[in-house]
Amino acid sequence: MIGLTHYLTVAAILFTIGVLGIFLNRRNVILMLMAIELILLAVNINLVAFSAYLGDLTGQVLAMFVLTVAAAEAAIGLAILVIFFRRRGSIAVDDVNRMRG
Amino acid sequence: MISILAFYLFATLTIASAIAVIFARNPVHSVLWLILAFFNSAGLMLLLGAEFIAMLVVIVYVGAVAVLFLFVVMMLDIDFASLRSGFTRNLPFGIIIALVLLAEVIVAISAWKAGPALSGREIPATATPNIVALGQMLYSRYLFAFELAGLILLVAMVGAIVLTHRSRGDVRGQKISKQVARRPDEAIKNLNPGVGEGMKL
Repeated sequence: MIGLTHYLTVAAILFTIGVLGIFLNRRNVILMLMAIELILLAVNINLVAFSAYLGDLTGQVLAMFVLTVAAAEAAIGLAILVIFFRRRGSIAVDDVNRMRG
Repeated sequence: MISILAFYLFATLTIASAIAVIFARNPVHSVLWLILAFFNSAGLMLLLGAEFIAMLVVIVYVGAVAVLFLFVVMMLDIDFASLRSGFTRNLPFGIIIALVLLAEVIVAISAWKAGPALSGREIPATATPNIVALGQMLYSRYLFAFELAGLILLVAMVGAIVLTHRSRGDVRGQKISKQVARRPDEAIKNLNPGVGEGMKL
């Protein structure tokens, strides 16, 4: 019998893989953005699983808003990446020191 | 029986392709693995009875976000081999962190006790279809949040265009003010040329 715990475990593993991806690809911004997408996907699975087992649709509405924000984040992040590459010719995170932060 | 089999198939494929996303050498392969992960998690959501969110994941994530990633990876001429230099150095530390995080979350999930609403552990049957019920909620109780989501998408669209737009000097663009200011009497000339004379331009 597949219960709520199974879905939560899958989402937890997916979340951990996303965090690991950010840790491992510390220089590659594109892969970091993909890892963030994986994390948001894990959050969505959690929301939908709780919503289904509670019989309350609010979780699915919230999952839709998470999806919206994920799409907006990907668009803006990749646009910033493109203009950064045009200026510097590289996307390595270590080179991002223009503002001396 | 078939639902248990489908759950394990989708869950295994989601996790395996997510691992392949972060370990693939070629970023194009990463994006393709990401698409597979999205498809399989959409399958998981279908098993939960959330048809609309599952289709939304396929349309938005696979159709828009993953294709956007693919375009950017292919458009930029990046030496990805040099970007992997810290990979093996970070690997042991990263794996330790990930294992600790995973153990914490798993302990939290297994220690968590389901309340009375969840103790049945069976997805409750609904009378109305998923999409109908979701639409009724979105357009009544969550109308303002829904409009706000649209506004966020508009801001993201305008921001992406403004960030990446370049005004180039070597192209002949449309001059709208000149077109609008044009009057019929200066645009049209009536001529009646004689036979054999033709038109002078």
